[in-house]
Amino acid sequence: MPAGRAQQPIEIILLRQWASYIAIPTWIVDTNGDLIYYNEPAESILGAKFEDMGPINSAELARRFVTTAEDGSPIRAEELPIVVAVNECRPDHLRIRILGLDGASRLINVSAFPIEGQSGRHLGAVAMFWEVPDE
Amino acid sequence: MKVTLWGTRGSLGSAGAQTAEYGGDTSAVEVRGNDDSLLVLDAGSGVRRLGEGAAGLARVDVLLTHLHMDHVQGLGFFGPLFDPEVETHLWGPASATSTLHERITRYLSPPLFPIPLRDLPRVEIHDVAPGPFTVGEFTVEADLVCHPGGTLGYRLTHDGSTLAYLPDHEPALGVRDFPRESAWTSGFDLASGADLLIHDAQYTESEYEDHVGWGHSSMDHAIAFARLAGVGRLVSFHHDPGHSDQMLEELASEIRRREDLPFEFVPGKEGTTFHLD
Repeated sequence: MPAGRAQQPIEIILLRQWASYIAIPTWIVDTNGDLIYYNEPAESILGAKFEDMGPINSAELARRFVTTAEDGSPIRAEELPIVVAVNECRPDHLRIRILGLDGASRLINVSAFPIEGQSGRHLGAVAMFWEVPDE
Repeated sequence: MKVTLWGTRGSLGSAGAQTAEYGGDTSAVEVRGNDDSLLVLDAGSGVRRLGEGAAGLARVDVLLTHLHMDHVQGLGFFGPLFDPEVETHLWGPASATSTLHERITRYLSPPLFPIPLRDLPRVEIHDVAPGPFTVGEFTVEADLVCHPGGTLGYRLTHDGSTLAYLPDHEPALGVRDFPRESAWTSGFDLASGADLLIHDAQYTESEYEDHVGWGHSSMDHAIAFARLAGVGRLVSFHHDPGHSDQMLEELASEIRRREDLPFEFVPGKEGTTFHLD
């Protein structure tokens, strides 16, 4: 949440509402990288409902959702598309493996891009992902 | 702060016998400070008559929420704009692709208007980004709100009184169970705790079902938003051009009969003045 505000920026509000309607797993972070929303399709990959989890700060996110490279080797947080989008304000795409809160490991393609508002306002980032079959 | 409504109609002016009481001019609101400074909210057709009361002023500020025709069509008939003795400042939403000057010029230029903007004597144009700024004795907070295109709402503070102006606003868009929590409600920061909220209330509930995504509120949504924001008084605004005086009276009566409101509800009529102390 931007400092001094009780309300999310309108772009983030509309993004959340849009995400709540679509069938593509989507999650949204703020400028600190804190998770502020993920939609229902994302729940099957992440292994928990957002309404049960609530917002999660970035440090806790890394602890709860363990991610590795496709082959299972370690991956630095800075390499994750959503982190690139937040920190470097550019789109990114990667195939990664994520361990959901249900204990299941899933291979996913992730595309993330920054949310840039009018007047040069950096507002956060959105990631859309989908599960790919494990070979 | 003295607030006077000069145009309360939305989308299209609707003069006629059936709208004489609430008025047919489109959005224009006059705000006066202690030193009689003039701040104008939007320049719909109602701004023409508003401008007649601006004689003798050295400076006028016009805050535009957006550039849809019903909010700017009065600009070409706003007297101070043509008076070389008056410094007129136009404020409006910034854009990532063109300046406010360029966008206003699309209207104030042939073929839409015979006198180009560049010929007006003393006009300064300001692109407004979300955030606070000062206009004379007023502190203004601008923020983007849910309405197609880049649309601002404004919060004016003066001597401890607060006016929130959200004439075109659809806070319930995409929200299945409106209202949700305040953090996820468009316009909340602007309206929170305002003494006076002027808010879009264009549609009935049934009309809104056919106009989802058009950028406007139903009366019920406006009521719910005002309740969430904890305002002192709600003025319904941007009346649909097809709503007669009789219909607006009936809608207001139904609201008052049906709702236990924690704030005063005033259906917006041209000529109404509010004194905020």
